[in-house]
Amino acid sequence: MFESAALRTRRKIRDCVAQGLIYLAVMLVSLVFFWLLVDLARGGMTHLSWAFLTESPRDAGRAGGIASILVSTLLILLVALVAAIPLAWSTAILLAELVPAESSFGRSVRFSLHVLAGVPSIVFGLFGNAFFSIYLGLGFSILSGGLTLACMLLPILTSTAEAGLRAVPDSYRLSAAALGLSRTAALTHLILPAAAPALAAGLLIGIGRALAETAALLFTSGYVDRMPGSLLDSGRALALHIFDLSMNVPGGDESAYASALMLVILLLCINILAMKLAYGLQRKKIMT
Amino acid sequence: MLTDRVLTGILRSGALLSALIMLLILCFLLLESWPALTGLPVAGFLTDPSWHPLESAYNLMPMLSATLLASIGAITLAVPLGIASALFIVFFAPSHLASLYKRLIELLAGIPSVVFGFWGLTVLVPLISEWQPPGASLLAAVLVLTLMILPMIAITAYTALAAVPDELLQNAAALGLSRWGTIAGVVLPAARAGITAGIILAAARALGETMAVLMVAGNVVQHPESLFDPVRTLAANIALEMAYAMGDHRSVLFVSGLLLMLLVMALSAMAGLLEKHRHV
Repeated sequence: MFESAALRTRRKIRDCVAQGLIYLAVMLVSLVFFWLLVDLARGGMTHLSWAFLTESPRDAGRAGGIASILVSTLLILLVALVAAIPLAWSTAILLAELVPAESSFGRSVRFSLHVLAGVPSIVFGLFGNAFFSIYLGLGFSILSGGLTLACMLLPILTSTAEAGLRAVPDSYRLSAAALGLSRTAALTHLILPAAAPALAAGLLIGIGRALAETAALLFTSGYVDRMPGSLLDSGRALALHIFDLSMNVPGGDESAYASALMLVILLLCINILAMKLAYGLQRKKIMT
Repeated sequence: MLTDRVLTGILRSGALLSALIMLLILCFLLLESWPALTGLPVAGFLTDPSWHPLESAYNLMPMLSATLLASIGAITLAVPLGIASALFIVFFAPSHLASLYKRLIELLAGIPSVVFGFWGLTVLVPLISEWQPPGASLLAAVLVLTLMILPMIAITAYTALAAVPDELLQNAAALGLSRWGTIAGVVLPAARAGITAGIILAAARALGETMAVLMVAGNVVQHPESLFDPVRTLAANIALEMAYAMGDHRSVLFVSGLLLMLLVMALSAMAGLLEKHRHV
């Protein structure tokens, strides 16, 4: 009896210690997260204004704003999406709807995309520099930066879209077949609209990934902070601007803080929107 | 039905193209690193006296050791924190707190590496430098990397823990196991494969991370003797020197990129194998 009581108290102590350690870890992580956010907000708030967003940078970014940077970022993003979306979504439709999951073609495409998803971003930068900038002769330009990013986005856009299409219930496909619809018609009128929220969530995740990217753009879209005149001009992305200001420009800290705050706010909004879409999807699935 | 066939054709060529991109990347990396792999003695990457590309000394070892040390350090710190976070969400927190904390982890995962680097540079480096100058060091790189891979470990561990069948939990409860007894004796062993796969993927991410490490690690090419020595990782080296590298030097940078990619591919293949075994 005595021994089992001792055992029980020992267990109770062990439980308490484990719980305490876990709460400590959680508090530490939350604390660091809020420390980071508060620090960015405090450093960036004073400098972030409408004028900062609408003026072009002067004096290597120490003065002025980030208007031309935002335009370049947007153009790079657009190029990446225009190049990646058709490829990614057609791959996803093919994998989810038209070829059997275990076919060798499907398996090899999926394997290749899986490997692509793991490639470090600096390696994408090396490839983009060798292929788009030099081999295809696009030079340091928004076009070669955007195309490099498109390669990076391909796996994430494909896998989210494929998962979304697979989540559409099979009864939709069976009913469409029973009504004599062709697969093309079933796809455009029924399955794609049903999967649209999942596609949108995947798209938002991809946009977030693209906005956060720095290393792949370092040697592809270049450093020039002027307003880009065409897609063949070099343009500096927002993330790269933060890097350059904090590493290479003494006295650029204030602008770097404001740019970092801007980027984090953008990404938080995009991620929260994507989460809302994804959670909404889950709820709908439970309801029906 | 003609439209169906046309559509399938179009989609098939799209899929083929996206599958070929991986091959294209490998081909171009090999093509660009070919001059160094054939023209320079391969043993030189291990035995050259130092890394002085302008004098044709290409010793990659100090940077490889820095890369590995930074990743191992980050994994050591992030694994307990990540698994504790996942346990908190699944077993310890009340439901509203659990979903709140899960959101926090997901948002942490969305913060770009350059912002982590910037924060490390303006906050962590001065703090470390007060304690042990110069501040920009292996330790700073480890801490920033920890923050970056922690969400990944926490999310994969959460998925693995949530997939543990309820029966196991009920059996453990029926046997009168305490909460920690259940977790340590039943849940963690059952979720081991998934958690390990997540850790391996996080290690791959840490090996390839460039910007954050570049901004806080100090970038001196050397074997670090302590946590407070500045170091340069392979990825950071590529980012630093690519802008002016020519000829053999450029080619050696592509070799180090290739090396990095092979390391990461080996790790992700390991994670894939683990996942497969779990489903059998």
